[in-house]
Amino acid sequence: MLHIKNLHAGVEEKDILKGVNLNVKAGEVHAIMGPNGSGKSTLASVIAGKEEFEVHKGDLTLNGEDITELDPEERAHKGVFLSFQYPVEIPGVTVTNFIKTAINETRKAKGLEDMPASEMLKLIKEKADMLEIDRKFLSRSLNEGFSGGEKKRNEIFQLAVMEPKLAILDETDSGLDIDALKIVANGVNKLRNKDNAVVVITHYQRLLDYIVPDFVHVLMNGKIVKSGSKELAYELEEKGYDWIKEEVNA
Amino acid sequence: MSLKDKLLSSYIAFEDNLEVDSPIHEIRNRSIKKFENDGFPTKKDEAWKYTSLNSLLKNDYSVFPKQLDNTIELKDVKKYFLHDIDTYKVVFVDGVYSSFLSETTHDKLDVCLLSAALSKPKYKPVIEAYFNKVAKEESLTSLNTAFAKEGAYIHIPKHKEVEKPIEIINFSTGNEAAIFLQPRNLIVVGENAHVQIIERHQSLSGNEVLTNSVTEVFAEKRAYVDYYKIQNNVVSASLIDNTYLAQERESNCNVHTFSFGGKLTRNNLNFYQNGEYCNSTLKGITILKNKQHVDHNTLVHHIAPNCESHQDYKSIFGDASTGVFNGKVVVEKEAQKTDAFQQNNNILINDKATINAKPQLEIFADDVKCSHGCTIGQLDEEALFYMRSRGIAKKEARALLMYAFANTVLESVKIPELKRRINKLIANKIGVNLGFEI
Repeated sequence: MLHIKNLHAGVEEKDILKGVNLNVKAGEVHAIMGPNGSGKSTLASVIAGKEEFEVHKGDLTLNGEDITELDPEERAHKGVFLSFQYPVEIPGVTVTNFIKTAINETRKAKGLEDMPASEMLKLIKEKADMLEIDRKFLSRSLNEGFSGGEKKRNEIFQLAVMEPKLAILDETDSGLDIDALKIVANGVNKLRNKDNAVVVITHYQRLLDYIVPDFVHVLMNGKIVKSGSKELAYELEEKGYDWIKEEVNA
Repeated sequence: MSLKDKLLSSYIAFEDNLEVDSPIHEIRNRSIKKFENDGFPTKKDEAWKYTSLNSLLKNDYSVFPKQLDNTIELKDVKKYFLHDIDTYKVVFVDGVYSSFLSETTHDKLDVCLLSAALSKPKYKPVIEAYFNKVAKEESLTSLNTAFAKEGAYIHIPKHKEVEKPIEIINFSTGNEAAIFLQPRNLIVVGENAHVQIIERHQSLSGNEVLTNSVTEVFAEKRAYVDYYKIQNNVVSASLIDNTYLAQERESNCNVHTFSFGGKLTRNNLNFYQNGEYCNSTLKGITILKNKQHVDHNTLVHHIAPNCESHQDYKSIFGDASTGVFNGKVVVEKEAQKTDAFQQNNNILINDKATINAKPQLEIFADDVKCSHGCTIGQLDEEALFYMRSRGIAKKEARALLMYAFANTVLESVKIPELKRRINKLIANKIGVNLGFEI
């Protein structure tokens, strides 16, 4: 599904990603771990199409199609979803209205009519229940005054409603207590099927107890320096990253 | 002949027609002298530094426009009324009352005409007690006072809760190549009375219109006044709005100003808190394009202790439009425990657009809470990326963000039908098809 080969990208001339290789197939869960500043969030932003980042070299394809030149909204229409590390507050637009706009804009891009209001309502209610989201929450301004945990839960709520092909969760676990973490992870797991894929970016192994990855990758200094099974996450939790640095330097 | 000279000579003829025993005869004479002395403000006046009337004053305005019968049909102007709900209406066409379009009342409250109130003896005590009592002795206001003849007269007796909004609408027809209008409104809201007022100036042609309007509002003890100004006029129409509100103890006055149109709009909005525990709210949404100019000049004068004031003005400037926000808050020495808040946020969506923002706080009391914030910026790139990453196209994301920015001001609009209308107007001005309503 997602194919990244020798990807160099960064701000202006400077590379932050220095040759990333990653292959994500449908039905798989990949975890990307790494120390601060290793380029994890940059990778997420580059996949989602944030304009301040430029791809300097390498391939970035989604289902065989080169997406490097596509706008963020075009990537979203093709099924890319980025759950933000720091979701933006948008006072004046309610959660419900934002979701309606996002769904109908995506439908419009696919040449479909707006989703009927009753169907929309049903979908929103169903997904809100799944993530144990209070109805009152839906009529609040998007992310405004939300706690860190509420913001993250709202991201997964949107993910559930949008049903993307490729979900990238950028530090979704930060700011969540253990109960919220379980709810969020449970939501993500329910959405998994053989046709979609999840990339989980995290500092900690904790989330991976609940969203179990098929592969764990270590991103360091703009490169994936080690890949392995979920056991690698436990090893990192226990030993930190220094041993990998030594391995790389050796 | 300059407009000033024309007005001064017209005054002589105007005064000849008035009864000398009119309760306001002396006030008129005093006012024309003030105007004669000061003339129209120029950019040399500090308060008019960023707004020039020069080009407007060059037009050859008709000061007393001739009246034609049946120049307006209801079907042509219906859209300017809140026609989906029942309202009182005081409607003027080229400065003259239109009984055909109006719906006034004398049933337990007075919603009628200033001309009637000025001439009938039974209104004399109210006129003497209130007329020109809060309006400032300032050149343009004095000019209006000198010619004060027609406008809305609204008197709500104490404990009366007016069950439907009152619309004050000033149409201009274009019968004259250019007209100068000076409506004068007097609104007295008695103790514990409640009223909602919507004011609108609307030109029905592309001819030049300059309106110099004065409105005085008196809110007695515990009175509650909601005042909405809709400024969405055509590009050949300009407005100088001078509004003065005098508040007594525990009264509550809210003024919302929606500035979406017109060539030049100047809002002189003045609040005077004379009694304790008053609450004043000033809110505005300004969305401009082309070369439109809007100048918000606000004053909140905290005279008594334990009062609050809240100002929230949001503006979006496109093309080569220009804006001014000059918000002054004065807290007198006696006005301890004042809580005054002022917020002014501006978005410039074009390099050629300009905003001049100037918050002024003059605080003479030592135990007060006063704050102000002013921002000038562009649309938040991070928010745009967030929305686009959810599939919302760039143009729509920008529009939605602008809409959201302005929309928060609407939360305090208490007439649902008006809120819906303004919401639509905003969406229309910004060019967003929302697919939802608030």
